[in-house]
Amino acid sequence: MNKRDWNNHPPLVYPDYKSTVVRNPAKPLIPVPEEMMDLRMPVYGDAVIDKLDHDLTKNSIVNGEPLGERIVIHGKVIDEQGRGIPNVLVEIWQCNSTGRYIHKLDQHDAPLDPNFVGAGRALTDDAGNYRFYTIKPGAYPWGNHPNAWRPAHIHFSLFGHQFADRLITQMYFPGDPLFAYDPIFNSVPAHARDLLVADFKIELTEPGFALGYEFNIVLRGSRQTPFE
Amino acid sequence: MKYKQTPSQTIGPFFAHGLTAEQYRYNYTSIAHPVVADHSVPGEQIIVQGRVFDGAGNSCTDAMLECWQCDAEGRYSDRQQDPKAGGFKGFGRVGTGMNEAGRYEIRTIKPASIYGQAPHINVTLFMRGMLNHQFTRIYFSDEEDLNARDKMLNLVPEDRRQTLIARRLEIAGATVYEFNIYVQGEQETVFFDL
Repeated sequence: MNKRDWNNHPPLVYPDYKSTVVRNPAKPLIPVPEEMMDLRMPVYGDAVIDKLDHDLTKNSIVNGEPLGERIVIHGKVIDEQGRGIPNVLVEIWQCNSTGRYIHKLDQHDAPLDPNFVGAGRALTDDAGNYRFYTIKPGAYPWGNHPNAWRPAHIHFSLFGHQFADRLITQMYFPGDPLFAYDPIFNSVPAHARDLLVADFKIELTEPGFALGYEFNIVLRGSRQTPFE
Repeated sequence: MKYKQTPSQTIGPFFAHGLTAEQYRYNYTSIAHPVVADHSVPGEQIIVQGRVFDGAGNSCTDAMLECWQCDAEGRYSDRQQDPKAGGFKGFGRVGTGMNEAGRYEIRTIKPASIYGQAPHINVTLFMRGMLNHQFTRIYFSDEEDLNARDKMLNLVPEDRRQTLIARRLEIAGATVYEFNIYVQGEQETVFFDL
């Protein structure tokens, strides 16, 4: 099991994102020898995937299609050597096209969409690939600082094959003018921020239907190759 | 390494419709629940409950815990998880947002000692304000001898080990272990660099 690459992840406390100050350990994390890190994750498979789980434009229809710009996201989940990781459970959640979450505590004064919950999941295939259809989420205001707005983003949660190979991250959209003002995005070291931004791909764009984006994700994986 | 790890980001305050939809009663399904083992599972039935506190002493009502444990015979489940089925899952997920106190509750069985380690539950903690999730472990207060020899606990400075030990209580005929997480402060819970 490879270690967390602390040069690529955000620091625990990033004062511009105010709640990090009181919501993170102040004492050092306890180092764990590599041989004590290995513990397999629970196995997820077809039992948690219904046929519309990967399609957020259809999985919560009540009386019509959700409003907004349809997008398709293709991606490959790989380890640090670039090997595709099969059977990774990928869960996503997001706000709707107006920037409003269905969550009961979201107070943003923008309309809910009766046909959009904003949650989905998929398993990666034998080569590590996944695919989602959804609606491009809107930007929304939050209370971190005056006139604070989150850039449009989709939350991603992934289970690697080891318990410690767990990742929750956010996918952003290229060229968002809000990047410069967002402390959550900027908490990531500058050299690694691009890894959170999907690429627009005309080749993945479905004619007459949905704009195509690519978002590849790198998990920790293990140093050994499985065939050595 | 050829490829750099995708950076972590916070789970944010509004994860429940995606990750804990059934517990929070959103119109979506869940892959895991606060019930890790139901009453059909052999072993000692227990409830693990507690709260998550920030450095200012406030209870966090927007945290999510994942837990992963072996069964009463020391086996981690290698079967495909089926959230609609009963029996032993070993894996659970619970949010702290269903009551004002921010209390979580996991229903499970007490795990066995495995690989010479004291019985324990592996925990991953996520919440708003945490850009990186944190790993900790729940040990049991009535396993003093095994706890004293546990190799993970022995990585921890002695004066901090008690932060990982859940206190056994009997409440209304049920065995309850209380495990509060203090992410920061004088009683700060130990987190591992897993």
